[in-house]
Amino acid sequence: MAIVFEKPKMLAEKQLHYCPGCTHGILHRLVAEAIDELGVGEKTIGVAPVGCAVFAYDYFNCDMLQAAHGRAPAVATGVKRVHPNNCVFTYQGDGDLASIGAAEIVHAATRGEKITVIFVNNAIYGMTGGQMAPTTLIGQKSTTSPLGRSKEVNGNPIRMSEMLSTLDGPAYIERVSLHDVKNVMNAKKAIKKAFEYQMAGKGFTMIEALSTCPTNWGLTPVEALKWLENNMLPQYPLGVFKDIDA
Amino acid sequence: MRQMMKGNEAIAEAAVQAGCRYFFGYPITPQNEIPEYMSKRLPEVGGVFVQAESEVSAINMVYGAAGAGARVMTSSSSPGISLKQEGISYIVGAQLPCVIVNMVRGGPGLGSIQPAQSDYYQSTRGGGHGDYRMVVYAPASVQEAVELTQLAFDVADQYRNPVMVMGDGVIGQMMEPVEMPEYQPRALKAKDWAATGWDGKSRDRAVINSLYIEPDRCEAHNLMLKARYDEIEKNECMYETDYMDDAEYVVAAYGTTARIALTAIRQARAEGIKVGLIRPITLWPFPNKAFEDALPTAKKFLTVEMSMGQMVDDVRLAVNGARPVEFYGRTGGVIPGVSEIYREIVKLTGREG
Repeated sequence: MAIVFEKPKMLAEKQLHYCPGCTHGILHRLVAEAIDELGVGEKTIGVAPVGCAVFAYDYFNCDMLQAAHGRAPAVATGVKRVHPNNCVFTYQGDGDLASIGAAEIVHAATRGEKITVIFVNNAIYGMTGGQMAPTTLIGQKSTTSPLGRSKEVNGNPIRMSEMLSTLDGPAYIERVSLHDVKNVMNAKKAIKKAFEYQMAGKGFTMIEALSTCPTNWGLTPVEALKWLENNMLPQYPLGVFKDIDA
Repeated sequence: MRQMMKGNEAIAEAAVQAGCRYFFGYPITPQNEIPEYMSKRLPEVGGVFVQAESEVSAINMVYGAAGAGARVMTSSSSPGISLKQEGISYIVGAQLPCVIVNMVRGGPGLGSIQPAQSDYYQSTRGGGHGDYRMVVYAPASVQEAVELTQLAFDVADQYRNPVMVMGDGVIGQMMEPVEMPEYQPRALKAKDWAATGWDGKSRDRAVINSLYIEPDRCEAHNLMLKARYDEIEKNECMYETDYMDDAEYVVAAYGTTARIALTAIRQARAEGIKVGLIRPITLWPFPNKAFEDALPTAKKFLTVEMSMGQMVDDVRLAVNGARPVEFYGRTGGVIPGVSEIYREIVKLTGREG
C-alpha cells in the first residue's frame, strides 16, 4: 500500500505541549517537511528560543541549541560560522525576536548570516501568560495593556519583515499566515524557498508567520483564525519583502 | 624565541597557538588589542573573527560556536563583562567550554579605563544568575598570561565549563619579553556532545540546553556541576609563594599588585622584617592551603588589592579567625606604590615607619 501521508522525519516522537488551536504545531510541521524534502536533515542544526517554542529542542529531530531570550540569531551566527556548510535555523516568537532580541536579529540580518529565521508573530507573549508584545495591535487587550494597547502609552506595533527588508544582508524575507489552508500551503512554499536560499549561500533568510494564540486572545481556535484574518492582516500585510533573485 | 609583546596581543597569539579558531568580541578599552589582533590573525589560520553588535551578542556567538564544538574565545573589560554575564550563566548551564578574558578597569559604572581588580567578586562568585563557579586565572606577567591562556582552553574543555583569564589592565597594556611556549595539550575527550549535524545513529542527538523545567532534574543537574567544581578545586588550584619559610607577616596579593608587593617585601626583608608573599594564581579555586601552611610562623596577614577589599574576604575565610587580617587597597584605576605597601608592612610589625 502506498503511503500518502506520514509524520515528517524531522519531527521527533514527542507530544507537543502547545495549546489546542495554536498554530505552532502547523508551523513545526511545515519547517520539518521543508527540511525533509530538501534532504538536509542530517546537516541541520536548530536554535530554540525562549517563549512558547522553548521546547522546540525536543520536537525537531536534529541537533539543537536552546538560546537565551532573543539571542538565537547570535547563537546561530556562532554555529554557522563554525559549520558553514550546515543548515542552521532559528525559531523565534515576537517577544523574543522583535523586542529583547531586536539588536541580534537586525545585525544577523545586516551581516547577511546564512541562516533561516522562522519568526512566529502572534501579537502576544504566550508562555508568560498574555502580556503585550512589540507586535500587539493598537487597541488589543493584553495582561499588561488591560485597556487595549494605546499609541500614547504603549507605543506602536513593529513590522519586522518590512524593517529588515531595508537592509542589504537579507536574501529572502516573506510574511505568510497560517489562518487557512491556502495560506498554510503558501507558508510551506516560502519556508522551503528560504532554506533553499540558505543552502545556496545566498544570504540571510526570514519567514514571518502570522499565528494564533487562542488561549491568551481569549478566543476559540476557530474564532482565533478569523481574528487573525480580520485584524492582523491589515497591520501585517502578507507578501515577499525581499528576494534578491526576483 | 623571546620577543617583546604587549600583553593583549600575547594573549591573543597564545590562544591561536592553543587551537582557538573563533573569536567574537566588541571594542572596549583596555582590551582592544585582543580583537584587533584576532581580526588579522584568525583568517591566516583558517579561523573566523566576528565583531559583534554588543558584548551580549558576542558571548551568545561564543555559546553557539562552543555548542558547535569549536575552541572559542571572547574578551572584554569590566562594563562589557557585566553585559556578558547572562551568556556566561547559560554557557555554564549548557556545559560549554570557552575562554573569556577580562582586562579589568576601574568601576562601578563606566568607572575609569585604568587598571583595577574590582571584578574579583563578580568573577569568583559566578557573576551571572544561578549556582555556579568558573576557574579564574590571574596572571602577574605577560609570560604567565600566555601560559595561563593556553592552559585555560584545556581546563575549559576538560570540565566543560567556561574559564576566565582576569588581568588587571596593566597585564593587557604593558610590553614585556615573552617566550611563546609550545602548546602542550592535555589528553582530552572528543566532543561527542557537540551540535554538528546528526545522522540519527552514530551518537545521541545533541541538545545544548540549560533548561530543566522539573525542579528535581534542575537540582540533579546542579549537583552534577557541583561535583565537577569539587574536582576542579582538588586538581586545578594554583598559587606561588615567596619568602614564606619563616614569614611572620604574610602579604596576600595577585596580578600586578603582587609584583609591586614583592618589591616592598624585599625592601622590608632588607630591614630585617620577616615578611612573605602568597600570590593566588587561581582566584577560584582559592588557594586556602597556602594560608593554612603559613599559620605556624605567621602573626598577621595583609591583603593588598586594587579594590576596596574583595579578595580579603577569601583570605579571612582561609585564615578563619586564627590571625588578624589587615587590608590595604587603591581603587578606581589607581595603582598602589611600593612605598605605600612597604609602609603597610611596617605597620603590621608595630614598628614606626
